[in-house]
Amino acid sequence: MQKIQIKINNIPMEVAPGISVLAAARQAGIHIPTLCAHPDLTPWGACGLCVVKVEGMPKLPRACVTEVSANASYITHDPELNKIRRTIVEMILSNHPNDCLTCGRSGSCELQTLAANFSIREVPFQSNVPELPKDESTLSIVLDPRKCIKCGRCVLVCQELQDVWALEFIGRGDHTEMMPAGGALLSESPCIKCGQCSAHCPVGAIYERDDTKKLLDAILNPELHVAVQIAPAVRVAIGEAFGLPPGTITTGKIYGALRRLGVNAIFDTNFSADLTIMEEGTEFIERLTQNGILPLITSCCPSWVDYMEKYCADMIPHFSTAKSPMMMQGALTKTYYAEKKGIPREKIFSAAIMPCTSKKFEIVRDKDMYASGQQDVDLVLTTRELARLIKQSGIDFLALPDDESADSPIGAYTGAGTIFGATGGVMEAALRTGYFLVTGEEYEKITFEEVRGMEGIRTASLSIKGKELRVAIAHGIANVRDLLNEIRTAREEGKEPPYHFVEVMACRGGCIAGGGQPYNTTDAVRNARIAGMYADDAKSEIRCSHQNPFIEEVYREFLEKPGSHKAHVLLHTHYHPRPLYTR
Amino acid sequence: MAPNRLEELNRLREEKSMELHDPKGNDGEIEIRIGMGSSGIASGARDILRVLNDTLKDRGITKALIRQTGSLGLDYAEPTVEVRMHGMPDTIYGRVTPEVAQQIVDRHILGRELVCGHVFDRPAPDMVKEPNHAL
Amino acid sequence: MPYKNFCLVCSGNQCESGKSDEIYRELKRLVMDRRVSQEVQIVKTGCFGFCSKGPIVKVLPDETFYVEVDAEGARAIMDEHILGGKEVQRLMLKGEEHKKPSRFYQKQVRIALRNCGVINPGEISEYIGRDGYAALSMALFEMTPLEVIEELKKSGLRGRGGAGFPTWQKWKFTHDVKDKTDEVFIVCNADEGDPGAYMDRSILEGDPQSILEAMAIAGYACGSRMGYIYIRAEYPLAIERLYTAMDQAREHGLLGKNILDSGFDFDIEIRLGAGAFVCGEETALIASIEGERGMPRPRPPFPATRGLWGKPTVINNVETLASIPKIILRGGDWFAKIGTEKSKGTKVFALTGKISNSGLVEVPMGTTLREIIFDIGGGIPGGKAFKAVQTGGPSGGVITAEHLDTPIDYENLVALGSMMGSGGMIVMDEDDCIVDVTKFYLDFSVDESCGKCAPCRIGGRKMYNILDKITKGQGTLEDIQHLKALAVPMQKASLCGLGQAAPNPVLSTLRYFEAEYLAHIEDKRCPAGVCKALVTYTINPDLCIGCTVCSRKCPNNCITGKRKKPHVIDQECCIKCGICYEGCKFGAVEIA
Repeated sequence: MQKIQIKINNIPMEVAPGISVLAAARQAGIHIPTLCAHPDLTPWGACGLCVVKVEGMPKLPRACVTEVSANASYITHDPELNKIRRTIVEMILSNHPNDCLTCGRSGSCELQTLAANFSIREVPFQSNVPELPKDESTLSIVLDPRKCIKCGRCVLVCQELQDVWALEFIGRGDHTEMMPAGGALLSESPCIKCGQCSAHCPVGAIYERDDTKKLLDAILNPELHVAVQIAPAVRVAIGEAFGLPPGTITTGKIYGALRRLGVNAIFDTNFSADLTIMEEGTEFIERLTQNGILPLITSCCPSWVDYMEKYCADMIPHFSTAKSPMMMQGALTKTYYAEKKGIPREKIFSAAIMPCTSKKFEIVRDKDMYASGQQDVDLVLTTRELARLIKQSGIDFLALPDDESADSPIGAYTGAGTIFGATGGVMEAALRTGYFLVTGEEYEKITFEEVRGMEGIRTASLSIKGKELRVAIAHGIANVRDLLNEIRTAREEGKEPPYHFVEVMACRGGCIAGGGQPYNTTDAVRNARIAGMYADDAKSEIRCSHQNPFIEEVYREFLEKPGSHKAHVLLHTHYHPRPLYTR
Repeated sequence: MAPNRLEELNRLREEKSMELHDPKGNDGEIEIRIGMGSSGIASGARDILRVLNDTLKDRGITKALIRQTGSLGLDYAEPTVEVRMHGMPDTIYGRVTPEVAQQIVDRHILGRELVCGHVFDRPAPDMVKEPNHAL
Repeated sequence: MPYKNFCLVCSGNQCESGKSDEIYRELKRLVMDRRVSQEVQIVKTGCFGFCSKGPIVKVLPDETFYVEVDAEGARAIMDEHILGGKEVQRLMLKGEEHKKPSRFYQKQVRIALRNCGVINPGEISEYIGRDGYAALSMALFEMTPLEVIEELKKSGLRGRGGAGFPTWQKWKFTHDVKDKTDEVFIVCNADEGDPGAYMDRSILEGDPQSILEAMAIAGYACGSRMGYIYIRAEYPLAIERLYTAMDQAREHGLLGKNILDSGFDFDIEIRLGAGAFVCGEETALIASIEGERGMPRPRPPFPATRGLWGKPTVINNVETLASIPKIILRGGDWFAKIGTEKSKGTKVFALTGKISNSGLVEVPMGTTLREIIFDIGGGIPGGKAFKAVQTGGPSGGVITAEHLDTPIDYENLVALGSMMGSGGMIVMDEDDCIVDVTKFYLDFSVDESCGKCAPCRIGGRKMYNILDKITKGQGTLEDIQHLKALAVPMQKASLCGLGQAAPNPVLSTLRYFEAEYLAHIEDKRCPAGVCKALVTYTINPDLCIGCTVCSRKCPNNCITGKRKKPHVIDQECCIKCGICYEGCKFGAVEIA
């Protein structure tokens, strides 16, 4: 497209038409402050900080919602604009508790940064912080309305990206709150615990429930054998908390850090991702060959499962009964591993490091999550929590060696398990093994580029021995609706399903951009993390789940075969329709 | 060719225009307008309407047309009642109470005198007489 | 035998004090004396306005208007005019003696309100009989859409809802983009929300057909087939009458498919608002019609190009629309002759507050505030002094006595630090505390803020809190600086007009009444005696006769004293309710 000429701060530049003044300024290396605009969201102009001057225009438009126009001249910074912005920051601070020292966002708070940059040493206006209670009703996230600056990001994320509508603007004027409708608690609302609100909140008004102390207590307890698993997506993101670029693989460092924390056994969720492929793959082949209900839809993502149970229970028959890798790993830890080690299962404390806030809820989601007779996973910490734990324990993360490995027997994994963390990754892993399961032969190629990428919905079609296999991938729940409707229409009309296999991940980009990952996640960061994952996969010696020797071993020694009765008891679950509101 | 809707409209306008502009053309006809906007109703215009109806009936006056209109804008003087009849100046009464409403029938319509203390001025003199000539 | 003449003597509040009663008695005496009591009726009337020139006498049926009538003048009216048949020129308004029947002593010109109080709003034939739908017929059969817009352009009509944007331009923008999309919408903004403004309600209740006709004309001009009336649910009577009007218009082929067999389709639906003030802002109104939370959206894009459901949308206010059929019928030039250079036509104002004749008035642009308040409105009741008039509602400001002779138009009001707004005029007298009144307006804006953008949501509340502090005697000089500091980002960085204009009452009153603010802050005194925390009630022993009324009425039993001896208020105990002050018939309770 033809570029247009504009001037920013009297410096001529060429930009693509249609971009915002905010984006144009960034291209020119000028940072206009914002508290509400976020690259993931439609800008809507709430905070008022990004006002700029336009030559010939009496009013000050907001840079975030103003498209550049040809030959326009913009002033983004001058003493008057600075003063306006400073007063707005002061206003916001006067309605904010300003208890930075005990705030989870201290150091990563966008408001704190602005206050520091504007040299605000005291707030001139009378402080007015309403006494509102925290909503700690879910196991995943905490809402602290006192700290809310009403930027609206959480509501936009919840409605626009996730199509969940658990959060809404309630009340008006300075009584506006971001909360569930009807005064319901988050746990009584349609909330799917994805935590994207917490990942987008500029301040400490929405954050993951901090469970770090529970892990330390477990480690401190001499009675307990602490086994920790780490999820695929953690390894490409946690480095950001220590200054590494997004996508840097830090698997070895994470293992090392956990060992130094005093954890007894370190497993990798990638292993059970391989296991998931065996179970889910077998289920899929069964359905495909025995006229079962298709498409099969993945169920690794607990937020997606929660959404499905609440919003589209008619899809329950399509859901894979396979548990998520984390839950499989937990069940095996307290059965197979416990037996092998001769440790009573009640003495095992099973923890998981996850990129996800929803995983905190998944561990008690259903009675099936107690397959071992105990709670299969006792504790979930997010990537952010682990990063804090490492820092508070004085571990120099960057100095840790990269070559530490996980413990046997449920720690080793293939490249297929690694890529579970990216959108399309489960699909690609399944395809690598699916061909083998159907034909008994290895497929000619390992990678399936057609299922990779960041498009909201991606579809692909491949041929397995002359039979067409149609697959679809969606990420960001708002993208799912069209896909499901397509499936429903075909179902109602008695037509062949449009797809055989569908992968859904609740968060945009997949688990690598989960609600518990380091802050400031944008598409650039997502892409870097995904690239890191595929790079790790490419380096792997074994890249297909069914080739994992330890998977073979666990079936031989314990589970018999994929889809066996024992596997069903330990590794599969059930779904139930749930109401949107329980109040 | 059957008359089309535009012609119908124009004919209706002619008809109504005569009636609205000169209700006194027909001898003995009386037009009473009562302001039934929110402000009128809030100050009791419905009661006044009832009293006027009752009193006219009681006094055997049949040639009176009561027209319920919107507000004249004389909110300080609501409820308002306007009387137009042959031989009397068009008169707007304000702050009409049920008693005054009776007096309007008895004194103004029957007695041909103004009801003292309740006569109000027309907000704009030309609003009725010269609809096409606001200036 | 009916009366031949009626002699009306104005006995409104002001004239009463202006000796009109004396004139009434004199005229009564004269009819007896001249033996014409069977032919001439002397009538006391309600206020005629023009109170500054009272006493006023009007002689019917000649409609002669006499001002400043004294006893001698009364005799002249009786002898020269009523008996002699010759008007008394020297008592008539100067320069206008020969214009009869005088339409100049009354300042109103009714265009938007032309049918209000004249026709039955529930009867379409009466609207038709008053030239109703003649403009639509003319537009459909004799004009092109561009000619309609051209006529509006000539008229100079500007939006009556507040901002005063030229109506023709809105129509033109939409007309010009329309062929790029399939749909265009016409929206009537009937979400009237300024405190004290109710002209839109009155028009919808008194003349609903004029709005339907105007919307159809707009539809024809802009290429729209669908209109919405967005009206607040608090206007049930107006809604009912609109529904009736729409039914009748459809029956007569004036709404719906193939209007008047012209081939033009246009229909209208009503959308009810829940009464949020911000929904009068056009982008919030659009959001509300779409079923979203009524919060403003950034502009541009303007609704004229991207509005309701992303389609080009013309949004006009009720009063604006009400004038349009008349403009089309009589031509834009006719309308443009009325008013001032930049503000054409007439404007409806809602006069309220400390004013004798509260109500709706429609005057040509350029009429002075003095004419509206004193000549039409009858001035301040009770002989109190005029203090200021608030125009433009919560977005406007105050105008003081020194500017009463300013001709009203959009630009002049803005220059005075206020604005036209929707036309609310709230008159204040010496008993009104300017800080208290400002606090009232800010309270309104704070309460009605949608909460979306930080400057409005927080700034408004902070300003309110400061004003509250000042009225409680806890203000500091620094607070004035804070008020001014808060105003800047509110004006500059609020997303919509509500927040941008919310500081106006504060800035305007600070501009004209800073001394009154300082009295509250430095002297801890409320000059108007309104701010309870700053008021002390005392009993003047010289005036108190010891009737005990105050001590019996005091809800807190703070007043003591023996019967027939001066009473005393215990200041420690006094809750400043003011009941003793209002109850004392001897003026012995004083406010300091």
